Amino acid sequence: MASLKDMRVRIASTKATQKITKAMQMVAASKLRRAQNAAEAARPYAEKMDAVISNIAAAASASPGAPPLLAGTGKDQVHLLLVCTGERGLSGAFNSAIVRLARERANSLIAQGKEVKFFCVGRKGYEQLRRNFDRQIVEHLELRSVRQLGFVNAEDIATKVLARFDAGEFDVCTLFYSRFQSVISQIPTAQQVIPLEVATPTAHAGPATSYDYEPEEDEILTGLLPRNLAVQIFRALLENNASFYGAQMSAMDNATRNAGEMIRKQTLIYNRTRQAMITKELIEIISGAEAV
Amino acid sequence: MTTFHFDLVSPEKLAFSGEVDQVDVPGVEGDFGVLAGHAPVVAAVRPGILTIITAGKREKVIVLGGLAEMSDKGLTVLADVATAIADLDRTKFSETIKGMEEKLAEKEGSELDNAIERLDHFKSIENELNTTAMH
Repeated sequence: MASLKDMRVRIASTKATQKITKAMQMVAASKLRRAQNAAEAARPYAEKMDAVISNIAAAASASPGAPPLLAGTGKDQVHLLLVCTGERGLSGAFNSAIVRLARERANSLIAQGKEVKFFCVGRKGYEQLRRNFDRQIVEHLELRSVRQLGFVNAEDIATKVLARFDAGEFDVCTLFYSRFQSVISQIPTAQQVIPLEVATPTAHAGPATSYDYEPEEDEILTGLLPRNLAVQIFRALLENNASFYGAQMSAMDNATRNAGEMIRKQTLIYNRTRQAMITKELIEIISGAEAV
Repeated sequence: MTTFHFDLVSPEKLAFSGEVDQVDVPGVEGDFGVLAGHAPVVAAVRPGILTIITAGKREKVIVLGGLAEMSDKGLTVLADVATAIADLDRTKFSETIKGMEEKLAEKEGSELDNAIERLDHFKSIENELNTTAMH
């Protein structure tokens, strides 16, 4: 049985762990607020972009000369899965939830006889996917050194994806990330970005405004579609960032609570043992005194 | 004077939102001024200086490309980058231009044309900045 001293050491170490998890929780909470603000600040741009694109695209996608980013390559043989995960762990199921979704999608595509390629953004996703799909990972990128996520990071990824698309390396691109619902709920999401799925503008109230275009419609569209990809990736990265801190916050909250529970139990055992020893010593003293 | 609603959004933030009298937008095919009741138009924006006029006051914002959309709800400019002139770091800006000039050598074909065009836009912004800085 562990001696009293051993138990004291153990309790102290659990307390130290609790302090760390508590600190991590608070750091995550403050970072979460910033990440959430960033995600909200990016929303108007993405929404306007969606509105404009769906307006122009509805007219353009029907015409035969539609750009491949919108109309697709006409095949869906090769799929590129763009998996965005976090750089660090200690965030509950955040990373594995995204990876699981991507893996399920990949397996079902492979079962259908399609070819699958991966583009991993973030270290954690790469590490997990490497186990099953090492050969299919065509590129991976770490954002570890990035302190503040900027639009340039997203643009960088978009350029790499577009280069592969132009080289004919894949037909369909799907983006995997975690949508931030609330602190306790982050939803892993798959979103097809190439070819772009356009929401039909009929859903909007009122007749569609007929715009003048300057320069021509298709010229604007050709410039806009690659930008839109970058915007979608940027939004995914920001949502991911907010989700990561949300997940980390609740994970660390749990850890702090578990540590508290453990400390309570250990202290109880410690006290019980201590009392038992005192009682034993008393008995020894008393029986010793009686014997005299 | 009737006003209209104007939003200037960049991917990172909502740079401007409010009622304005007039906005001068640097379009790809030339600058154009927008007043209330402008016909609906979608126009590509070149890197340049966008002027917002509210009650006689002029506010200048540097936009680096994007898209302008005028509808009955007002004008929306989706700018790749939007920086108020006051916030611009001039030395950094001229460094960007230098970097672009150096990269020109590596490019060819239509990519080179695009790069030169973009560089010209940047230079004209810098030129305008330096000439108006005296006032």
